[in-house]
Amino acid sequence: MLYSRKAIDRVSSIWMIVSISIIVLLPIIIGVGLYIKASPLLELKSLGQLLGSTTWLPNDEEFGFLPFILGSLYVTLISFCLAVPVCLLSAIYLTQFSSKRFMQFMHPVIDILAGLPSVIYGVWGIIVIVPFISNHVAPFFGVKSSGYTILAGGIVLAIMCIPYILNMLIEVFNTIPTGLKEASLSLGATFWEMVKHVVIRRGGAGIISAFGLGIAKAFGETMAVMMVVGNMVQIRFSLFDAGYPLTALIANNYGEMLSIPMYDSALMFAALLLFVIILLINLVFRYFIYKTKSNE
Amino acid sequence: MNRRKIIEERVFRILSAIATYSLVATLAFIIILIFVKGFNALSWDMVVKTPKGGYYYGGEGGVLNAIVGSLYISIGAILIAALIGIPAALYINVHLARYKRTQNAIRYILDALWGVPSIVYGAFGFALMLFLGMNASLLAGIITVALLILPIVVRTFDEVLCTIPKGLHEATLALGSTRAEMAFKIIFKQGFPGLITALLLAFGRGIGDAASVLFTAGYTDLIPTNLDEPAATLPLAIFFQLSSPIPEVRERAFAAAAILTIIILIISLIARFLSKMYSKTNLK
Repeated sequence: MLYSRKAIDRVSSIWMIVSISIIVLLPIIIGVGLYIKASPLLELKSLGQLLGSTTWLPNDEEFGFLPFILGSLYVTLISFCLAVPVCLLSAIYLTQFSSKRFMQFMHPVIDILAGLPSVIYGVWGIIVIVPFISNHVAPFFGVKSSGYTILAGGIVLAIMCIPYILNMLIEVFNTIPTGLKEASLSLGATFWEMVKHVVIRRGGAGIISAFGLGIAKAFGETMAVMMVVGNMVQIRFSLFDAGYPLTALIANNYGEMLSIPMYDSALMFAALLLFVIILLINLVFRYFIYKTKSNE
Repeated sequence: MNRRKIIEERVFRILSAIATYSLVATLAFIIILIFVKGFNALSWDMVVKTPKGGYYYGGEGGVLNAIVGSLYISIGAILIAALIGIPAALYINVHLARYKRTQNAIRYILDALWGVPSIVYGAFGFALMLFLGMNASLLAGIITVALLILPIVVRTFDEVLCTIPKGLHEATLALGSTRAEMAFKIIFKQGFPGLITALLLAFGRGIGDAASVLFTAGYTDLIPTNLDEPAATLPLAIFFQLSSPIPEVRERAFAAAAILTIIILIISLIARFLSKMYSKTNLK
């Protein structure tokens, strides 16, 4: 009896240790796997050439990733600018101003928004945002545009990131001690002054981390952006031009990947690049969050 | 001075309320629009038929292949993720209970993994597939999606497990149970509602994700009958049909989008309902 219980204990321990090792080693396995696939390209060209060149001619083995990196950064930047004020204001409203019941009503709303697949956002972008830009926004600025633009990508991305950032912000604001807020109010501060001087200052590190993680999320988003951003290889800085983010590059070209030499390596290199950038951003800001949490 | 304060307070109160209500409005707008557009083209045929010849030129048929393919892939992925994720989460909370630093380090890695975009998992899944000598197939899709949702399952389950009172751990051990018995008979049972939420959350993520199955699962008009056959998925069906120039096919993409949205909403409702139902009987 005791023997069989011990045996079961042993088996379950081994099973658990194997599972946890798979998970802990997963980032390394992904990194190494992508690196091995990308290494033929890295042997052919130096890292500087790949990242700094703007010529993209896969048939002539010219792989310049700069247009794609800039495309990704540009779309991310726009979505960031649009998402930040909305997130910050509604997080403040939900945690400081609104009633408990409204908060309870908002929880499922945020969760559903966060849980909608990116294809749905893409469909919505194509139905709503793209025609809106080509019919109203672009003519307003005197530009002709198809609507499949960097701006459309930025807007769709912003809406996708808002619930994600908002959830983290609400968590940050909820950790701020009520005593501090009450002290500020009892000294005669208005609600907004309390928010400005206590909540935002105290939650500073958490707020920055939430936005940092939001950027990482926007940077790696694929389908929704790809559907509305136009996908043309060019470096332009007008909001009404098409862009071509790194993620869309990978997703769009998987079909031709194996028919052109070095092309698969190039796409795997793009994936590796994304993986490294996003993992780094995540590690840095998560570290921030852990630091602030353990300080309390 | 006082006046300025009051005005500032008013302005920001209103601004923040607008920001919040506009979120609700956006959600309502997205869902209503998808439904209105989708129900125009949605018919019973869409749900119960596979694409017939000429479907992509506006001919007869439906997206049953994609619905079934998506369900196969996400259910398979959930099974694998549960098989690895449950013991991992239990290990963090049972065996590592005394090693706070290791616990936190593992959670840190998991959180970072959660943030890795699905296209990277897709590319990695593709590399793995070539390495193992597989073709684009149901199995490759399942493995890729399982990797994608693994951190979600572990982290969400773990989040619930770490709220279980320490006294329960000690009481179990004091009664002479082994760690395995404690993990599976006590801690697992207490965390069960959390597990359901975790699995459903992961299921929703898995069924809606397109970028990870783009390379690995392939696309086919048939319902897969074997693990080594390619499988269609609902998000990809939407994506491909939407890029067609023919209006009827595009209409069907909207219908497929409505089907996907309904599935996601149902999953989210079930998750809410179950976690409420089960957490009533839990120790606090």
